[in-house]
Amino acid sequence: MERLRRTMMFVPGNNPAMIKDAGIYGADSIMFDLEDSVSLTEKDTARMLVFEALQNVDYGNSELVVRINGLDTEMGKADIYAMVKAGVEVIRLPKTETPDDVVETEKVIAEAEKFFGIENGRTHMMAAIESAEGVLNAPAIAKASDRLIGIALGAEDYVTMMKTHRYPDGAELSFARNMILHGARAAGIAAFDTVYSDVDNTEGFNHEVEIIHELGFDGKSVINPRQIPLVNAIYAPSDKEIRNAKDVLNAIEEAHKKGSGVISLRGKMVDKPVVARAQRTMALAKASNLVDEDGNIYAK
Amino acid sequence: MLNKVNREIPDDILKDKNYKPFTTTEIGDPETTYVAHQVKVSQGDNKLVDSIPEVIGKTGLKNGMTISFHHHFREGDFVFNMVMQEIINEGFQDLTLAPSSLTNVMNDMVIKAIKAGTISHITSSGMRGELGDFISHGGLKDPVVLRSHGNRARAIENGDIKIDVAFLGVPNADAVGNANAIHGDAVFGSMGYSLMDAKYADKVVLLTDTIMPYPNTPASIKQTQVDYVVKVDKVGDPDKIGSGATRFTKDPKELKIAEMVNQVITHSQYFKDGFSFQTGSGGAALAVSRYLRKSMLEKNIKASFALGGITKPTVDLLEEGLVSKILDVQDFDKGAAASMANNENQQEIDSSWYADPYNKGAAVNQLDVCILSALEIDTKFNVNVMTGSDGVLRGAIGGHQDAANAKLTIISAPLVRGRIATVVPDVTTVVTPGDSIDVLVTEVGIAINPKRKDLIEALKNVPGVPVYTIEELQKRAEAVVGTPEPLEFTDRPVALIEYRDGSLIDTVYQVKD
Repeated sequence: MERLRRTMMFVPGNNPAMIKDAGIYGADSIMFDLEDSVSLTEKDTARMLVFEALQNVDYGNSELVVRINGLDTEMGKADIYAMVKAGVEVIRLPKTETPDDVVETEKVIAEAEKFFGIENGRTHMMAAIESAEGVLNAPAIAKASDRLIGIALGAEDYVTMMKTHRYPDGAELSFARNMILHGARAAGIAAFDTVYSDVDNTEGFNHEVEIIHELGFDGKSVINPRQIPLVNAIYAPSDKEIRNAKDVLNAIEEAHKKGSGVISLRGKMVDKPVVARAQRTMALAKASNLVDEDGNIYAK
Repeated sequence: MLNKVNREIPDDILKDKNYKPFTTTEIGDPETTYVAHQVKVSQGDNKLVDSIPEVIGKTGLKNGMTISFHHHFREGDFVFNMVMQEIINEGFQDLTLAPSSLTNVMNDMVIKAIKAGTISHITSSGMRGELGDFISHGGLKDPVVLRSHGNRARAIENGDIKIDVAFLGVPNADAVGNANAIHGDAVFGSMGYSLMDAKYADKVVLLTDTIMPYPNTPASIKQTQVDYVVKVDKVGDPDKIGSGATRFTKDPKELKIAEMVNQVITHSQYFKDGFSFQTGSGGAALAVSRYLRKSMLEKNIKASFALGGITKPTVDLLEEGLVSKILDVQDFDKGAAASMANNENQQEIDSSWYADPYNKGAAVNQLDVCILSALEIDTKFNVNVMTGSDGVLRGAIGGHQDAANAKLTIISAPLVRGRIATVVPDVTTVVTPGDSIDVLVTEVGIAINPKRKDLIEALKNVPGVPVYTIEELQKRAEAVVGTPEPLEFTDRPVALIEYRDGSLIDTVYQVKD
């Protein structure tokens, strides 16, 4: 089953204390940043720090992502080689405008894999879309490489370019969010929403997470560990949803036992999307510590 | 010889200073004899004295005597430096300094007094900063004796500390010595530690900036105990006595630890109506009270009492009705100190009542849950709160050994601090024996003392609380920060760590430069 990606926590690649502790907050994905949060004078240090951390620090089950500097900078290629060698799971491209940006980066990743004798295709990619052109190209970007696991909206540059700024109701991002979401879904990959930078505004953050949860995003980029439980709470299924999912999964098991190809529950046929939703609900319930290993809801 | 926590205790120290090596955390029910102090009878006239020099003369202070102070004014203390400077000026020699603890604001004056030969012996709860550095580098010939708050009470009662003159700063007093710490400019709330000095010193001097009309009530220190009262300009800086409004931490790591501490408490058998707790101060400890409050409301559980050093968040629980009583030996912030004056359910207790192992039953014996910190904790659950990773004195025992007597003692500490491991194979200095520690909570998960099979069972399946062995946590810390070079010490002891029963649990040696 597809992995949960409710939260992608940004960690500046030049901050040893944050890099060391990034694994303890239960983020589904951790994104070490070599790009915007690292000043030019610290680019090499950050690359070495993240290179070592990826190989030595225990990050549990979190998916490990590194945002590299673009290939149009002198750091881009070195970043890719170092991260591929360190065995990173996902390389994140910044400021992706066109499918070609993805293809170009993929070439360098493939070169690096070959250079280090690493199996071709092991390093995955994701693309951040941060401009009007990128948003319009989102569907094509999402299909530009088999290595892509997802695309993400980066709203800070985007809203400036669109001659607006962030608003509480999110209307300024409505088109971009829908383009990215549809692009991702059409390609069968994940969609990530942008960061919310006012970390002390819990109410505003929750409101934004509710919007993207309703839309169907896989999850949200977070800049502070305190935002993680907030996202998880909104993505947690209700008891009713869990019970329903458990019934569906039980029905499948029953059908398998009987050797029956057709699965039915309460007189209705259970088709593939229903199964997928039940599995995701149960995975969310487990990740939210709402059920035990067998899917039974914990007593409150 | 090796004591029961495997620490080498030099035989000559055991012999010369008449110490027993530490053997057990069980106090049992031995018989003991308290000492009595000398009383110079007074009719209450002429207690009020104009100046510090004059009062020093009246007390009959002599070379070789023991003087004491309290540390309730913390970093806002003016009294210690005023009195000590005068004692140095008058050329006294070879005194023993026996305060309840030493704060940073006293450091320079203590060093000055040692260099002048005025102070030749020290017993305290702890020391930090330049004084800790000075002592650890061999600044005092005789080793400092470090005792917990409960043990100091015991040592005073048993005569191990015989106080000749106590100089006690108070925010107010009347002319015959009735005093409290809940009114005046320099309020600090509970007078807990100083009450022992007032009760047992041969001569008791109060120093205050506010003389009240007779009778000054409520009286924590009473006229029956006091020899002299001195009016000074100011006893302390109110802004430095206690922190202002207590801010809850926003540090995500501290919050994570606090949340897990709360999970440990609420999943233990002790979390039931009428339970009791001590949280102490510090970021994570304060955050625990917030999570605990939520859990108490959810489960409709109320605590019978909160104990120890008190903070505003604990007082808030009292006012909300979630805690019935507070047993208060000291107050860490202005909110807690102010509440002392207004809430009859916040009971001032002395350090004997709080934690003394050798009385007829101390409050810590009734304690269910206690949260403590650690500079280091080792794979035997032994805790160090006294020496840094460089071997230098930089802490205080405080009530650590005493409160660890609780039924559920939780150490909350990060796995590593900066580049230094907190969970180590062997602590630099054993202060609290692992036998009295039940659970270690770090940001990555918890470790349970193997002898607590009941807790291992109760906590094995708590969502979001991974359980490791303490060896696993130690290895994880080592994986992050590596293995440090062993510390190098000379063979000269600079401090003796007593266990709360007065036995010797560890020795701190002079560091090699």
